[in-house]
Amino acid sequence: MDLFEYQGKQYFAKFGIPVSDGRPADTVDEAVAAAEAVGYPAVVKAQVQVGGRGKAGGIKLAANVEEVRTHATAILGMDIKGHMVKRVWIEKATDIAEEYYASFTLDRAAKKHLAMVSAKGGVDIEAVAEEDPTAIAKLHIDPVVGLSADQARQLVDEAGLNPKARDGAADLLIQLYRCFTEGDCDLAEVNPLVLTTDDKVHALDAKVTLDDNAAFRHPEWDEYRSMQVMDDRERMAKERGLQYIGLDGSVGILANGAGLAMSTLDVVNQVGGEAANFLDIGGGANADVVASALEVIDSDPRVKSIFINIFGGVTRGEQVAQGIVEGMARVNIEAPIVIRLDGTNAEQGRAILAEHESDALISRPTMIEAAKKAVELAKARA
Amino acid sequence: MSIFVSKDTKVVVQGLTGSQGKFYGLRNRDYGTQVVAGVRQGKGGTDVEGIPVFDTVEDAVKATGANASFVIVPAPAAAAAVIEAAAAGIPFVVCVTEGMPAQDEARLFNQLLRDHPGTQMLGPNCPGIITPGECNIGFTPTESALPGGPVGIVSRSGTLTYQALHELTAMGIGQTTCVGIGGDPVPGTSFIDCLSAFETDPETKAVMMIGEIGGSDEEKAAEFIAKEMSKPVVGYIAGQTAPPGRKMGHAGAIVSGSSGTAKAKMDALTAAGARVALNPTEAAELMAEVVASL
Repeated sequence: MDLFEYQGKQYFAKFGIPVSDGRPADTVDEAVAAAEAVGYPAVVKAQVQVGGRGKAGGIKLAANVEEVRTHATAILGMDIKGHMVKRVWIEKATDIAEEYYASFTLDRAAKKHLAMVSAKGGVDIEAVAEEDPTAIAKLHIDPVVGLSADQARQLVDEAGLNPKARDGAADLLIQLYRCFTEGDCDLAEVNPLVLTTDDKVHALDAKVTLDDNAAFRHPEWDEYRSMQVMDDRERMAKERGLQYIGLDGSVGILANGAGLAMSTLDVVNQVGGEAANFLDIGGGANADVVASALEVIDSDPRVKSIFINIFGGVTRGEQVAQGIVEGMARVNIEAPIVIRLDGTNAEQGRAILAEHESDALISRPTMIEAAKKAVELAKARA
Repeated sequence: MSIFVSKDTKVVVQGLTGSQGKFYGLRNRDYGTQVVAGVRQGKGGTDVEGIPVFDTVEDAVKATGANASFVIVPAPAAAAAVIEAAAAGIPFVVCVTEGMPAQDEARLFNQLLRDHPGTQMLGPNCPGIITPGECNIGFTPTESALPGGPVGIVSRSGTLTYQALHELTAMGIGQTTCVGIGGDPVPGTSFIDCLSAFETDPETKAVMMIGEIGGSDEEKAAEFIAKEMSKPVVGYIAGQTAPPGRKMGHAGAIVSGSSGTAKAKMDALTAAGARVALNPTEAAELMAEVVASL
């Protein structure tokens, strides 16, 4: 789960990381009250999960209450690259002397934590990595051992931060590492990390990605989740315990297993079509799951045909086929369904499907033939 | 011959008394796997359909000589279970547990490396491993497998592994061992571990490798294939049309920026001399050609 900036800052604060005093606001009046509380000059920042909000006019400095009112009115409801601003974050403006970069993430290739610190902050770090890779100090950390204070100071020195920032930045790195590990982040990034004109070090932005697998030990994440922007169908799928990702094509996809689902998208593409979604129903395929999945897929008006791609493993072909037939009977699906059932006892399964074969349910023996049929139907109904 | 598990493998199931553990533990035993023990703290002295249950892995090893573990416990308990098996001297641990936090996984991997270098972990979040006709640990549907080789399979995805087994078996091509390494960010056993084992296994004559988007393990495997493999490799990468920035089911399957794309992985495999298929069916067809020319 990606946090909004204000959520990231609130999360940082729990680990003692210095952030600006601020308040979230959903209305102009709330924004004004927040600014009165934090003091002027204040910054009004659009809370959207997309880069480039400053350029789009989503971050404004306000010297007084009138300006807060003007900016909050303009920013709330603004569309930034397709993201509607529903909330702003009001914080006390910071007098910036220098801008840096700091982050912790997991380096999958090295199987270690990776710290990155740079004196070049406030800009896209991937661009820095490309243009001037030596400007980024990197350190691999053994997750069993953790980050020591000496290592943190060494990182700060290697990155070439202002000596005035040395102690503050080293402390912040230790706190940020704790946030990353104990806070179960996939990514904890501060860009910019700033040195203020009165020589204090401080996180001016927060980019935090939480590891959903760790949610069981973080009940406090519920409040973040309630604010997540999710497409209606993704929400519907999540409530039903399904892995669904909406895409732009016209062939709805239902497969068992993430790998097979990805492979199904590929095959649909290879025969000239485009998938409307990724949907993994997991290992088995009982009637409840199939019915729920079909409802989610069919609620997408772009879907013109549905391709069910199932490999019967431990759940046998005849059980899968029974589940599909029962599931279909429970919901009224508009788009024709093409199904490919393979694997354990696939023949028994296909025999069951054959009894229900119609224009609305077409069976094909292989993945490629089924994909071709589904794409042909989608095109004919477009 | 085979890699990692064989008819001599004696399995202790950590989680045998749970519903999933019982279902798969018994299923594995029915296939002929030597499932010699179960472990559940507080249930030592009982049994599950004749399989003795012990309080600790150490007790199970002492009493039965178990030399592999099948960890099938909930995510919050998985890391401790793997460490317990390693500390009891188990050399091969299969952890099928799904949903382990990435921080736990990273710590577990490095703790095994540091404190228990003699233990190889497969998984977590993997479908398991099968040496057809000898030993099956995990979820693999045995009906799809055919003993005798000559093909070794290594895969990040469960259902695509079964698909590959099924297609090869349908063509009468047997398998030496089929390993599902799992789709998580820090797998205990990598493609390279398996490729290297297949390279030295005399019965394996060719290897099928099934990868996914995300990470750079397939690229590293390609380097290994170019430098170290004499046996032919057929590769397939799922997720050629996956959009960047979205996790495709598996925690590890995500294209971030320009890294982890299917194209980069396919290009790397092709450059390494592997034959690369566009879909699982084509992979099986390519493997049939490879086997015919052996």
